[in-house]
Amino acid sequence: MSNAVLTDFDPNGQGRGLFGVFRHRYLLQLLVRKELKVRYRRSVLGLLWSYVKPAVQFAVYFVAIGMFLGLNKSMDNFAVYLFSGIIVMNFFTEAVRNATRSIIDNAALIKKIYLPRELFPVASVYVSAVHFLPQVVVLCVAVPFFGWRWDPMGVLMVLIGFVLLLVLSIGLGLLFGALNVIFRDAENFVDLINMVITWSAPVLYTAILVRDTLGETAFTIYQANPLVVIVELFHRGFWVPTVSHGVDLAGRPLEMWLSITAATCIAVFIVGQLVFTRVSKRFAQEL
Amino acid sequence: MPSTTGAVAISAENVVKRFTLRKTRELKEAVVWLLTRRRGVTTESFLASNDVSFEVREGETLALLGFNGSGKSTMLKMISGVLTPDSGRIRTKGRLAGLIEVGAGFHHDLTGRENVYLNGAILGMSEKEIDEKFDSIIDFAEIGEFIDTEVKFYSSGMYLRLAFAVAVHTDPDIFLIDEILAVGDEPFQKKCIARIKEFADQGKTLIVVSHDLDLVSRICDRGIVLQRGVKTFDGEINEAVAWLRAQA
Repeated sequence: MSNAVLTDFDPNGQGRGLFGVFRHRYLLQLLVRKELKVRYRRSVLGLLWSYVKPAVQFAVYFVAIGMFLGLNKSMDNFAVYLFSGIIVMNFFTEAVRNATRSIIDNAALIKKIYLPRELFPVASVYVSAVHFLPQVVVLCVAVPFFGWRWDPMGVLMVLIGFVLLLVLSIGLGLLFGALNVIFRDAENFVDLINMVITWSAPVLYTAILVRDTLGETAFTIYQANPLVVIVELFHRGFWVPTVSHGVDLAGRPLEMWLSITAATCIAVFIVGQLVFTRVSKRFAQEL
Repeated sequence: MPSTTGAVAISAENVVKRFTLRKTRELKEAVVWLLTRRRGVTTESFLASNDVSFEVREGETLALLGFNGSGKSTMLKMISGVLTPDSGRIRTKGRLAGLIEVGAGFHHDLTGRENVYLNGAILGMSEKEIDEKFDSIIDFAEIGEFIDTEVKFYSSGMYLRLAFAVAVHTDPDIFLIDEILAVGDEPFQKKCIARIKEFADQGKTLIVVSHDLDLVSRICDRGIVLQRGVKTFDGEINEAVAWLRAQA
Protein backbone atom coordinates (compact mmCIF):
# COMPACT_ATOMS: atom_id res chain seq x y z
CA MET A 1 0.00 0.00 0.00
CA SER A 2 1.21 3.44 -0.80
CA ASN A 3 1.47 6.03 1.89
CA ALA A 4 -1.72 7.88 1.47
CA VAL A 5 -1.94 11.46 2.52
CA LEU A 6 -4.34 11.36 5.41
CA THR A 7 -5.41 14.93 5.48
CA ASP A 8 -8.90 16.28 6.08
CA PHE A 9 -9.95 13.06 7.74
CA ASP A 10 -12.78 13.14 10.19
CA PRO A 11 -11.91 12.07 13.67
CA ASN A 12 -14.28 9.16 13.92
CA GLY A 13 -16.90 9.20 16.59
CA GLN A 14 -15.16 12.02 18.36
CA GLY A 15 -17.71 14.64 19.08
CA ARG A 16 -16.93 18.30 19.04
CA GLY A 17 -19.07 18.83 22.08
CA LEU A 18 -21.73 21.45 21.74
CA PHE A 19 -20.27 22.69 18.47
CA GLY A 20 -21.54 19.47 16.95
CA VAL A 21 -25.01 20.38 18.15
CA PHE A 22 -24.73 23.76 16.51
CA ARG A 23 -23.85 22.11 13.21
CA HIS A 24 -26.93 19.93 13.50
CA ARG A 25 -29.33 22.67 14.52
CA TYR A 26 -31.91 21.65 11.94
CA LEU A 27 -31.97 18.17 13.45
CA LEU A 28 -32.15 19.73 16.92
CA GLN A 29 -35.26 21.63 15.82
CA LEU A 30 -36.85 18.45 14.53
CA LEU A 31 -36.01 16.57 17.72
CA VAL A 32 -37.62 19.31 19.79
CA ARG A 33 -40.69 19.32 17.55
CA LYS A 34 -40.88 15.53 17.82
CA GLU A 35 -40.58 15.64 21.59
CA LEU A 36 -43.38 18.19 21.90
CA LYS A 37 -45.60 16.35 19.49
CA VAL A 38 -45.05 12.99 21.15
CA ARG A 39 -45.54 14.39 24.61
CA TYR A 40 -48.88 15.97 23.77
CA ARG A 41 -50.20 13.29 21.43
CA ARG A 42 -53.87 12.59 21.94
CA SER A 43 -54.04 15.46 24.35
CA VAL A 44 -56.91 17.92 24.09
CA LEU A 45 -55.11 20.74 25.85
CA GLY A 46 -51.75 20.01 24.24
CA LEU A 47 -49.18 22.70 24.88
CA LEU A 48 -51.75 24.47 27.06
CA TRP A 49 -50.72 22.03 29.78
CA SER A 50 -47.57 24.09 30.17
CA TYR A 51 -49.84 26.92 31.39
CA VAL A 52 -52.25 24.80 33.39
CA LYS A 53 -49.63 23.04 35.49
CA PRO A 54 -47.79 26.15 36.76
CA ALA A 55 -51.14 27.92 37.23
CA VAL A 56 -52.40 25.18 39.54
CA GLN A 57 -49.06 24.95 41.30
CA PHE A 58 -49.11 28.71 41.77
CA ALA A 59 -52.64 28.63 43.17
CA VAL A 60 -51.77 25.88 45.65
CA TYR A 61 -48.67 27.67 46.92
CA PHE A 62 -50.43 31.00 46.99
CA VAL A 63 -53.18 29.64 49.19
CA ALA A 64 -50.90 27.57 51.41
CA ILE A 65 -47.91 29.85 51.81
CA GLY A 66 -49.37 33.23 50.93
CA MET A 67 -52.68 33.01 52.77
CA PHE A 68 -52.30 30.35 55.44
CA LEU A 69 -48.73 31.21 56.42
CA GLY A 70 -49.36 34.89 55.87
CA LEU A 71 -46.58 35.81 53.43
CA ASN A 72 -49.19 37.57 51.34
CA LYS A 73 -49.73 40.03 54.16
CA SER A 74 -46.18 40.46 55.30
CA MET A 75 -44.79 41.24 51.85
CA ASP A 76 -45.93 43.34 48.93
CA ASN A 77 -46.98 41.60 45.73
CA PHE A 78 -46.23 38.13 46.99
CA ALA A 79 -47.99 36.72 43.91
CA VAL A 80 -45.33 38.20 41.61
CA TYR A 81 -42.55 37.10 43.93
CA LEU A 82 -43.91 33.58 44.00
CA PHE A 83 -44.62 33.15 40.31
CA SER A 84 -41.29 34.55 39.10
CA GLY A 85 -39.55 32.00 41.33
CA ILE A 86 -41.79 29.08 40.41
CA ILE A 87 -41.14 29.38 36.69
CA VAL A 88 -37.38 29.29 37.25
CA MET A 89 -37.60 26.18 39.39
CA ASN A 90 -39.98 24.49 36.99
CA PHE A 91 -37.68 25.14 34.08
CA PHE A 92 -34.71 23.81 35.99
CA THR A 93 -36.32 20.67 37.36
CA GLU A 94 -37.99 19.74 34.07
CA ALA A 95 -34.86 20.41 32.02
CA VAL A 96 -32.53 18.42 34.25
CA ARG A 97 -34.96 15.55 34.75
CA ASN A 98 -35.61 15.11 31.04
CA ALA A 99 -31.99 15.64 30.04
CA THR A 100 -31.01 12.94 32.53
CA ARG A 101 -33.37 10.51 30.82
CA SER A 102 -32.60 11.70 27.29
CA ILE A 103 -29.74 9.35 26.46
CA ILE A 104 -31.58 6.26 27.72
CA ASP A 105 -34.77 7.30 25.98
CA ASN A 106 -32.96 7.64 22.69
CA ALA A 107 -30.96 4.44 23.13
CA ALA A 108 -32.31 2.88 19.92
CA LEU A 109 -30.91 5.73 17.91
CA ILE A 110 -27.66 6.19 19.80
CA LYS A 111 -26.78 2.51 19.43
CA LYS A 112 -27.19 2.55 15.69
CA ILE A 113 -26.39 5.91 14.19
CA TYR A 114 -23.62 8.26 15.12
CA LEU A 115 -24.79 11.75 15.96
CA PRO A 116 -23.35 14.28 18.36
CA ARG A 117 -24.90 12.79 21.49
CA GLU A 118 -25.10 16.20 23.12
CA LEU A 119 -28.10 16.76 20.85
CA PHE A 120 -30.39 14.79 23.14
CA PRO A 121 -29.81 16.55 26.48
CA VAL A 122 -29.76 19.88 24.67
CA ALA A 123 -33.07 19.05 22.99
CA SER A 124 -34.55 18.27 26.42
CA VAL A 125 -33.45 21.63 27.77
CA TYR A 126 -34.80 23.28 24.62
CA VAL A 127 -38.19 21.64 25.17
CA SER A 128 -38.23 23.01 28.70
CA ALA A 129 -37.48 26.45 27.32
CA VAL A 130 -40.47 26.09 24.99
CA HIS A 131 -42.60 25.45 28.07
CA PHE A 132 -40.90 28.22 30.01
CA LEU A 133 -41.21 31.15 27.61
CA PRO A 134 -45.04 31.36 27.60
CA GLN A 135 -44.90 31.51 31.39
CA VAL A 136 -42.51 34.44 31.16
CA VAL A 137 -44.94 36.09 28.76
CA VAL A 138 -47.75 35.61 31.28
CA LEU A 139 -45.56 37.21 33.92
CA CYS A 140 -44.67 40.13 31.64
CA VAL A 141 -48.34 40.74 30.91
CA ALA A 142 -49.28 40.51 34.58
CA VAL A 143 -46.60 42.63 36.28
CA PRO A 144 -47.77 46.06 35.01
CA PHE A 145 -51.01 45.49 36.94
CA PHE A 146 -48.92 45.15 40.08
CA GLY A 147 -47.27 48.49 39.49
CA TRP A 148 -44.20 47.29 37.57
CA ARG A 149 -42.31 50.16 36.01
CA TRP A 150 -39.83 49.95 33.16
CA ASP A 151 -36.49 49.07 34.63
CA PRO A 152 -33.67 48.31 32.17
CA MET A 153 -31.42 47.00 34.94
CA GLY A 154 -34.12 44.57 36.02
CA VAL A 155 -34.63 43.33 32.47
CA LEU A 156 -30.90 42.85 32.07
CA MET A 157 -30.80 40.85 35.30
CA VAL A 158 -33.57 38.55 34.05
CA LEU A 159 -31.72 37.99 30.78
CA ILE A 160 -28.49 37.22 32.59
CA GLY A 161 -30.45 34.96 34.93
CA PHE A 162 -31.91 33.04 32.02
CA VAL A 163 -28.53 32.58 30.34
CA LEU A 164 -27.05 31.28 33.59
CA LEU A 165 -30.05 29.01 34.04
CA LEU A 166 -29.48 27.56 30.56
CA VAL A 167 -25.77 27.03 31.15
CA LEU A 168 -26.43 25.35 34.50
CA SER A 169 -29.23 23.14 33.18
CA ILE A 170 -27.29 22.00 30.12
CA GLY A 171 -24.23 21.32 32.26
CA LEU A 172 -26.14 19.22 34.78
CA GLY A 173 -28.17 17.62 31.98
CA LEU A 174 -24.97 16.49 30.25
CA LEU A 175 -23.49 15.26 33.51
CA PHE A 176 -26.47 13.25 34.72
CA GLY A 177 -27.53 12.17 31.23
CA ALA A 178 -24.13 10.51 30.83
CA LEU A 179 -23.97 9.08 34.35
CA ASN A 180 -27.46 7.65 33.98
CA VAL A 181 -26.21 5.37 31.23
CA ILE A 182 -23.84 3.68 33.65
CA PHE A 183 -25.81 4.02 36.86
CA ARG A 184 -29.56 4.24 36.57
CA ASP A 185 -29.41 5.62 40.09
CA ALA A 186 -28.75 9.00 38.53
CA GLU A 187 -32.42 9.36 37.69
CA ASN A 188 -33.52 8.86 41.27
CA PHE A 189 -30.74 11.07 42.48
CA VAL A 190 -31.92 13.86 40.19
CA ASP A 191 -35.50 13.44 41.42
CA LEU A 192 -34.18 13.79 44.93
CA ILE A 193 -32.20 16.91 44.07
CA ASN A 194 -35.24 18.38 42.37
CA MET A 195 -37.31 17.83 45.48
CA VAL A 196 -34.75 19.51 47.71
CA ILE A 197 -33.96 22.27 45.25
CA THR A 198 -37.54 23.55 45.20
CA TRP A 199 -37.07 24.51 48.83
CA SER A 200 -33.40 25.44 48.59
CA ALA A 201 -34.08 28.62 46.64
CA PRO A 202 -36.08 31.59 47.89
CA VAL A 203 -39.25 30.76 46.01
CA LEU A 204 -41.66 30.08 48.87
CA TYR A 205 -39.94 32.32 51.42
CA THR A 206 -37.55 35.26 51.39
CA ALA A 207 -33.80 34.83 51.48
CA ILE A 208 -33.55 37.14 54.48
CA LEU A 209 -35.26 34.44 56.53
CA VAL A 210 -32.27 32.17 55.98
CA ARG A 211 -29.92 34.77 57.41
CA ASP A 212 -32.21 35.57 60.33
CA THR A 213 -32.71 31.92 61.19
CA LEU A 214 -29.37 30.29 60.46
CA GLY A 215 -26.91 33.16 60.72
CA GLU A 216 -24.35 34.80 58.44
CA THR A 217 -22.14 31.80 57.71
CA ALA A 218 -25.03 29.59 56.70
CA PHE A 219 -26.37 32.42 54.58
CA THR A 220 -23.09 32.68 52.70
CA ILE A 221 -23.14 28.95 51.97
CA TYR A 222 -26.79 29.25 51.02
CA GLN A 223 -26.02 31.90 48.43
CA ALA A 224 -23.32 29.79 46.86
CA ASN A 225 -26.18 27.78 45.33
CA PRO A 226 -26.46 29.22 41.82
CA LEU A 227 -30.22 28.70 41.78
CA VAL A 228 -30.62 31.02 44.76
CA VAL A 229 -28.97 33.82 42.84
CA ILE A 230 -30.78 33.02 39.58
CA VAL A 231 -34.14 33.13 41.35
CA GLU A 232 -33.12 36.42 42.95
CA LEU A 233 -32.21 37.78 39.53
CA PHE A 234 -35.75 37.02 38.38
CA HIS A 235 -37.10 38.66 41.52
CA ARG A 236 -34.92 41.65 40.74
CA GLY A 237 -36.41 41.96 37.27
CA PHE A 238 -40.05 41.15 37.93
CA TRP A 239 -40.80 41.70 41.59
CA VAL A 240 -38.52 44.51 42.82
CA PRO A 241 -39.83 47.08 40.29
CA THR A 242 -43.37 46.40 41.56
CA VAL A 243 -42.64 47.26 45.17
CA SER A 244 -42.33 50.92 46.04
CA HIS A 245 -39.70 50.69 48.71
CA GLY A 246 -36.12 49.96 47.80
CA VAL A 247 -35.50 46.35 48.68
CA ASP A 248 -32.43 44.93 50.22
CA LEU A 249 -32.74 41.91 47.99
CA ALA A 250 -30.77 39.17 49.60
CA GLY A 251 -29.02 41.25 52.14
CA ARG A 252 -25.88 41.37 49.99
CA PRO A 253 -24.80 43.10 46.79
CA LEU A 254 -26.19 41.04 43.93
CA GLU A 255 -23.25 41.88 41.68
CA MET A 256 -20.80 40.01 43.87
CA TRP A 257 -22.96 36.90 43.92
CA LEU A 258 -23.58 37.27 40.24
CA SER A 259 -19.93 36.75 39.39
CA ILE A 260 -19.62 33.81 41.78
CA THR A 261 -22.74 32.23 40.29
CA ALA A 262 -21.56 32.78 36.74
CA ALA A 263 -18.30 31.07 37.61
CA THR A 264 -20.15 28.17 39.26
CA CYS A 265 -22.48 27.68 36.29
CA ILE A 266 -19.60 27.70 33.83
CA ALA A 267 -17.64 25.27 36.00
CA VAL A 268 -20.64 22.91 36.20
CA PHE A 269 -21.03 23.17 32.45
CA ILE A 270 -17.37 22.35 31.80
CA VAL A 271 -17.43 19.38 34.17
CA GLY A 272 -20.68 18.19 32.54
CA GLN A 273 -19.20 18.40 29.07
CA LEU A 274 -15.97 16.67 30.09
CA VAL A 275 -17.76 13.79 31.79
CA PHE A 276 -20.18 13.52 28.90
CA THR A 277 -17.40 13.39 26.32
CA ARG A 278 -15.62 10.72 28.30
CA VAL A 279 -18.62 8.53 29.00
CA SER A 280 -20.24 9.01 25.59
CA LYS A 281 -17.56 6.83 24.02
CA ARG A 282 -19.16 3.94 25.88
CA PHE A 283 -22.82 4.83 25.27
CA ALA A 284 -23.41 2.40 22.44
CA GLN A 285 -22.09 -0.61 24.33
CA GLU A 286 -23.58 0.27 27.71
CA LEU A 287 -27.10 0.99 26.58
CA MET B 1 -10.92 -6.25 -8.57
CA PRO B 2 -9.89 -4.11 -5.64
CA SER B 3 -9.07 -0.70 -6.90
CA THR B 4 -5.66 0.51 -5.87
CA THR B 5 -5.83 3.88 -7.49
CA GLY B 6 -8.31 6.01 -5.53
CA ALA B 7 -7.52 8.04 -2.47
CA VAL B 8 -7.95 6.41 0.92
CA ALA B 9 -11.50 6.81 2.21
CA ILE B 10 -11.30 4.72 5.35
CA SER B 11 -8.24 3.81 7.30
CA ALA B 12 -8.25 1.39 10.22
CA GLU B 13 -4.99 1.07 12.11
CA ASN B 14 -4.43 -1.65 14.71
CA VAL B 15 -7.98 -1.44 15.93
CA VAL B 16 -8.68 -3.20 19.21
CA LYS B 17 -12.09 -3.42 20.80
CA ARG B 18 -12.80 -5.40 23.92
CA PHE B 19 -16.27 -5.84 25.29
CA THR B 20 -16.75 -6.25 28.98
CA LEU B 21 -19.85 -8.06 30.02
CA ARG B 22 -20.62 -6.62 33.37
CA LYS B 23 -22.97 -8.97 35.07
CA THR B 24 -24.18 -6.79 37.85
CA ARG B 25 -24.10 -3.31 39.20
CA GLU B 26 -25.81 -3.78 42.48
CA LEU B 27 -24.39 -2.22 45.57
CA LYS B 28 -24.14 -5.62 47.27
CA GLU B 29 -21.94 -6.98 44.49
CA ALA B 30 -19.90 -3.82 44.33
CA VAL B 31 -19.11 -4.06 48.02
CA VAL B 32 -18.10 -7.70 47.66
CA TRP B 33 -15.94 -6.74 44.72
CA LEU B 34 -14.30 -3.92 46.65
CA LEU B 35 -13.59 -6.20 49.60
CA THR B 36 -12.30 -9.19 47.67
CA ARG B 37 -10.71 -7.38 44.73
CA ARG B 38 -11.69 -10.27 42.54
CA ARG B 39 -12.43 -8.56 39.32
CA GLY B 40 -13.14 -11.76 37.49
CA VAL B 41 -16.20 -12.37 39.57
CA THR B 42 -18.21 -9.53 38.17
CA THR B 43 -16.77 -9.08 34.73
CA GLU B 44 -16.03 -11.12 31.68
CA SER B 45 -14.65 -9.86 28.44
CA PHE B 46 -13.96 -10.82 24.87
CA LEU B 47 -12.11 -9.26 21.97
CA ALA B 48 -14.43 -8.19 19.16
CA SER B 49 -11.58 -6.66 17.24
CA ASN B 50 -8.02 -7.79 17.72
CA ASP B 51 -5.42 -5.59 16.05
CA VAL B 52 -7.28 -5.18 12.78
CA SER B 53 -5.84 -2.89 10.11
CA PHE B 54 -7.01 -2.15 6.60
CA GLU B 55 -7.50 0.67 4.15
CA VAL B 56 -10.43 1.21 1.88
CA ARG B 57 -10.04 3.39 -1.16
CA GLU B 58 -12.65 5.67 -2.67
CA GLY B 59 -15.00 3.72 -4.89
CA GLU B 60 -14.14 0.34 -3.43
CA THR B 61 -16.91 -2.07 -2.55
CA LEU B 62 -15.90 -4.09 0.45
CA ALA B 63 -17.71 -6.94 2.19
CA LEU B 64 -16.95 -7.73 5.81
CA LEU B 65 -17.44 -11.46 6.12
CA GLY B 66 -17.47 -13.82 9.04
CA PHE B 67 -19.63 -16.03 11.16
CA ASN B 68 -21.73 -14.83 14.07
CA GLY B 69 -19.58 -13.22 16.72
CA SER B 70 -16.69 -12.57 14.36
CA GLY B 71 -16.78 -8.86 15.06
CA LYS B 72 -17.90 -7.62 11.68
CA SER B 73 -20.85 -5.59 12.92
CA THR B 74 -18.64 -4.17 15.64
CA MET B 75 -16.18 -3.09 12.98
CA LEU B 76 -18.96 -1.43 11.00
CA LYS B 77 -20.15 0.39 14.09
CA MET B 78 -16.64 1.59 14.80
CA ILE B 79 -16.35 2.92 11.27
CA SER B 80 -19.66 4.73 11.68
CA GLY B 81 -18.48 6.21 14.97
CA VAL B 82 -21.17 4.62 17.11
CA LEU B 83 -18.53 2.59 18.91
CA THR B 84 -15.06 3.85 19.76
CA PRO B 85 -12.00 1.55 19.54
CA ASP B 86 -10.10 0.90 22.77
CA SER B 87 -6.85 1.40 20.95
CA GLY B 88 -5.74 2.01 17.42
CA ARG B 89 -7.73 4.37 15.29
CA ILE B 90 -10.20 4.56 12.48
CA ARG B 91 -10.43 7.55 10.23
CA THR B 92 -12.87 8.27 7.49
CA LYS B 93 -13.00 10.88 4.79
CA GLY B 94 -16.17 12.33 3.42
CA ARG B 95 -19.78 12.05 4.40
CA LEU B 96 -20.79 8.73 5.82
CA ALA B 97 -24.22 7.17 5.99
CA GLY B 98 -25.19 3.93 7.54
CA LEU B 99 -27.95 1.62 6.53
CA ILE B 100 -27.45 0.05 9.89
CA GLU B 101 -30.87 -1.12 10.94
CA VAL B 102 -33.02 1.15 8.89
CA GLY B 103 -35.73 2.93 10.73
CA ALA B 104 -33.73 3.28 13.94
CA GLY B 105 -34.76 6.91 14.13
CA PHE B 106 -38.40 6.37 13.25
CA HIS B 107 -40.96 7.33 15.80
CA HIS B 108 -44.26 5.52 15.56
CA ASP B 109 -46.31 8.46 16.75
CA LEU B 110 -45.14 10.69 13.93
CA THR B 111 -46.59 10.64 10.43
CA GLY B 112 -44.69 9.24 7.48
CA ARG B 113 -43.90 12.75 6.33
CA GLU B 114 -42.54 13.82 9.71
CA ASN B 115 -40.47 10.67 9.93
CA VAL B 116 -38.98 11.31 6.51
CA TYR B 117 -37.78 14.73 7.65
CA LEU B 118 -36.59 13.51 11.04
CA ASN B 119 -34.72 10.56 9.58
CA GLY B 120 -33.33 12.53 6.68
CA ALA B 121 -31.88 14.97 9.20
CA ILE B 122 -30.58 12.14 11.38
CA LEU B 123 -28.80 10.72 8.36
CA GLY B 124 -27.24 14.10 7.70
CA MET B 125 -29.48 15.70 5.08
CA SER B 126 -30.38 19.37 5.17
CA GLU B 127 -33.94 20.63 5.07
CA LYS B 128 -33.52 21.78 1.48
CA GLU B 129 -32.14 18.42 0.42
CA ILE B 130 -35.08 16.58 1.95
CA ASP B 131 -37.54 18.98 0.33
CA GLU B 132 -35.99 18.29 -3.04
CA LYS B 133 -35.92 14.54 -2.65
CA PHE B 134 -39.22 14.18 -0.87
CA ASP B 135 -41.28 13.09 -3.88
CA SER B 136 -38.62 10.70 -5.00
CA ILE B 137 -38.53 9.14 -1.52
CA ILE B 138 -42.30 8.63 -1.53
CA ASP B 139 -42.14 7.10 -5.00
CA PHE B 140 -39.38 4.74 -4.03
CA ALA B 141 -41.19 3.66 -0.87
CA GLU B 142 -44.49 3.16 -2.76
CA ILE B 143 -46.32 4.76 0.15
CA GLY B 144 -48.59 7.12 -1.75
CA GLU B 145 -51.48 8.63 0.19
CA PHE B 146 -50.43 7.07 3.52
CA ILE B 147 -47.60 9.55 3.88
CA ASP B 148 -49.61 11.71 6.29
CA THR B 149 -50.68 8.76 8.42
CA GLU B 150 -48.85 7.96 11.64
CA VAL B 151 -46.40 5.18 10.96
CA LYS B 152 -47.75 3.00 13.77
CA PHE B 153 -50.63 2.24 11.41
CA TYR B 154 -48.27 1.13 8.65
CA SER B 155 -47.76 -2.51 7.81
CA SER B 156 -44.26 -3.70 8.61
CA GLY B 157 -43.48 -3.75 4.89
CA MET B 158 -44.55 -0.14 4.40
CA TYR B 159 -42.55 0.92 7.41
CA LEU B 160 -39.37 -0.73 6.18
CA ARG B 161 -39.84 0.53 2.64
CA LEU B 162 -40.15 4.11 3.84
CA ALA B 163 -37.19 3.80 6.17
CA PHE B 164 -35.08 2.29 3.43
CA ALA B 165 -36.22 4.89 0.90
CA VAL B 166 -35.01 7.70 3.17
CA ALA B 167 -31.70 5.96 3.73
CA VAL B 168 -30.94 5.43 0.04
CA HIS B 169 -31.76 9.06 -0.72
CA THR B 170 -29.00 10.38 1.46
CA ASP B 171 -26.06 11.18 -0.72
CA PRO B 172 -23.02 10.09 1.24
CA ASP B 173 -19.53 9.32 -0.02
CA ILE B 174 -19.34 6.20 2.08
CA PHE B 175 -22.22 3.81 2.58
CA LEU B 176 -22.27 1.34 5.44
CA ILE B 177 -24.76 -1.47 4.99
CA ASP B 178 -25.54 -4.00 7.68
CA GLU B 179 -27.84 -6.94 7.02
CA ILE B 180 -30.56 -4.81 5.60
CA LEU B 181 -30.80 -6.43 2.24
CA ALA B 182 -33.48 -8.72 3.60
CA VAL B 183 -35.97 -5.90 3.60
CA GLY B 184 -39.53 -6.18 2.36
CA ASP B 185 -40.90 -8.51 -0.27
CA GLU B 186 -38.91 -9.79 -3.19
CA PRO B 187 -39.70 -7.05 -5.73
CA PHE B 188 -38.70 -4.41 -3.21
CA GLN B 189 -35.57 -6.33 -2.28
CA LYS B 190 -34.56 -6.39 -5.92
CA LYS B 191 -35.16 -2.67 -6.16
CA CYS B 192 -32.96 -2.09 -3.11
CA ILE B 193 -30.18 -4.27 -4.43
CA ALA B 194 -30.39 -2.50 -7.79
CA ARG B 195 -30.11 0.80 -5.96
CA ILE B 196 -27.07 -0.34 -4.01
CA LYS B 197 -25.42 -1.54 -7.20
CA GLU B 198 -26.12 1.86 -8.70
CA PHE B 199 -24.22 3.41 -5.82
CA ALA B 200 -21.31 1.12 -6.51
CA ASP B 201 -21.37 2.07 -10.19
CA GLN B 202 -21.43 5.76 -9.28
CA GLY B 203 -18.13 5.23 -7.54
CA LYS B 204 -19.38 5.45 -3.97
CA THR B 205 -17.49 3.56 -1.32
CA LEU B 206 -19.54 0.68 0.01
CA ILE B 207 -18.98 -1.48 3.05
CA VAL B 208 -21.43 -4.33 3.36
CA VAL B 209 -21.98 -6.78 6.19
CA SER B 210 -24.18 -9.73 5.32
CA HIS B 211 -24.50 -13.44 5.79
CA ASP B 212 -25.86 -13.76 2.29
CA LEU B 213 -22.58 -14.68 0.61
CA ASP B 214 -24.04 -14.96 -2.89
CA LEU B 215 -25.51 -11.51 -2.62
CA VAL B 216 -22.35 -9.84 -1.37
CA SER B 217 -20.29 -11.46 -4.05
CA ARG B 218 -22.58 -9.88 -6.63
CA ILE B 219 -22.28 -6.42 -5.08
CA CYS B 220 -18.75 -6.27 -3.74
CA ASP B 221 -15.29 -6.59 -5.28
CA ARG B 222 -13.29 -7.14 -2.17
CA GLY B 223 -13.83 -9.18 0.96
CA ILE B 224 -12.29 -9.11 4.40
CA VAL B 225 -12.87 -12.17 6.57
CA LEU B 226 -12.97 -11.69 10.32
CA GLN B 227 -12.78 -14.58 12.75
CA ARG B 228 -13.16 -13.93 16.46
CA GLY B 229 -12.02 -10.38 15.95
CA VAL B 230 -8.97 -11.24 13.87
CA LYS B 231 -8.59 -10.39 10.20
CA THR B 232 -7.81 -13.69 8.54
CA PHE B 233 -8.29 -12.91 4.87
CA ASP B 234 -8.30 -9.79 2.72
CA GLY B 235 -8.68 -10.01 -1.00
CA GLU B 236 -10.89 -10.58 -4.02
CA ILE B 237 -14.48 -11.29 -3.04
CA ASN B 238 -14.89 -14.75 -4.57
CA GLU B 239 -11.68 -15.93 -2.98
CA ALA B 240 -12.81 -14.46 0.34
CA VAL B 241 -16.16 -16.24 0.13
CA ALA B 242 -14.45 -19.52 -0.81
CA TRP B 243 -12.01 -19.07 2.04
CA LEU B 244 -14.82 -18.46 4.54
CA ARG B 245 -16.81 -21.45 3.27
CA ALA B 246 -13.76 -23.64 3.74
CA GLN B 247 -13.69 -22.66 7.41
CA ALA B 248 -17.22 -23.81 8.12
